Amino acid sequence: MNSAQSHSAAESSHGHDHHEETPHGSLKGYLIGFVLSVVLTAIPFSLVMTGAISDASATAVIILGIAVVQILVHMIYFLHMNVKLENGWSMMALIFTVIFVFITLAGSIWVMHNMNANMMPQMTQQAMANMSG
Amino acid sequence: MNAETYEPYMRGGRPIYHLPEEPHHPDGHSTMLGFWIYLMSDCLIFAVLFATYAVSSHSFAGGPGPHELFELPLVALNTAMLLFSSITYGFAMLVMDQGKKGATLAWLGVTALFGLSFLGIELYEFHTLITEGATPESSAFLSAFFTLVGTHGLHVTFGLIWMATLMVQVSSRGLIAANKRRLMCLSMFWHFLDVVWIGVFTFVYLMGSIQ
Repeated sequence: MNSAQSHSAAESSHGHDHHEETPHGSLKGYLIGFVLSVVLTAIPFSLVMTGAISDASATAVIILGIAVVQILVHMIYFLHMNVKLENGWSMMALIFTVIFVFITLAGSIWVMHNMNANMMPQMTQQAMANMSG
Repeated sequence: MNAETYEPYMRGGRPIYHLPEEPHHPDGHSTMLGFWIYLMSDCLIFAVLFATYAVSSHSFAGGPGPHELFELPLVALNTAMLLFSSITYGFAMLVMDQGKKGATLAWLGVTALFGLSFLGIELYEFHTLITEGATPESSAFLSAFFTLVGTHGLHVTFGLIWMATLMVQVSSRGLIAANKRRLMCLSMFWHFLDVVWIGVFTFVYLMGSIQ
C-alpha cells in the first residue's frame, strides 16, 4: 500500500516535471465544435431527406463540401490539431495521409470509371446474359 | 588536458560505446505522436475501403440498391449518438484535467452508453438488411458496404472495450500520469472514429440516397 502510494506520487511528480504541451481543450472549444458539428450534420441530412434541391449532382457537391468543413471542425475542436503540435510532426503525418487518401480515392474512381466507359458494348452484364442464354 | 588530443567519444585511446549520461526522455513522451501516426495508418485502411466502395457502389448484380435499403432517420439517429459521445468524451477530458476522478468516470460511462447505443442501432440495421435478403454476398455493392461500415463498427467495439478497461484502471489506480496518457490516446481514437463516420454517412448513406 505504502509503496504503491509513493510510486504513484513519484509518477505524478514525474509527469509534472516534464509537462509537455499536450493538447488541452476548453469547455468553450468543445461547445463551439459541438454546435458547429450539429449544424453541419443537420444541413446535409435535411437537404437529402426533404429533397430541397432537385438537382442530384448539385446536392452531392454541397454535402461533400459540408463534410469536408465538418471534418476540419472535428480536427480543430475535438482532436486539437494545430501546426505546432509535436514540433509540427503531427501535421506532417496528417498532410502525408491526406495526399495518400486523395490519390487512393481519386485514382481508384478515375481508373475504374475509365474501364467501365471503355468496355465494349456487348460486354455489359445484360449482353453477357443474352450471349450465354 | 591538451586541446589537440581531446576527443569527446574516446577514453584512453579507446572509443566509448555507451555514454555514461544517456539523454533522459520522460516516460511516454513520444506516445501521443506515435498514436497519431497509428491513427493516420488506420486512415489509410479506411481510404482503401472507401475507394473499394466507390468503385463497386453501382454493381447491384440485380439486387437491391441504396434507395430500397437505407433508412436515413435511423442513420441520423446513429450519427447523433456518435456526436453526443464525442462531446461527452470531451467533458471527461476536461474534468480529468481538473483531477476529478469520479466525474471523469461518470462522463466516460455516459460516453460508453452513447457508443453502445450506436453499436446497437448499427447491429439492428445490419440485422434488418440481412433478414430482408440484402446479405454481404448478394452483390459487390453490399460486400463493400458491409466491409466499410462493419470495419468502422469493429473500431467502435474495440474503443468501447478499451474504455471499459480504462474505467477499471482509473477507478483502481486513480488519475495517475500513465492513466491520463492512456485516456488522451483513447480520446484521439474516439474523435478519429467520429471523423471517419462523417465520411461514412456522407459518402455511403447520403450520396447513395440521392442517386
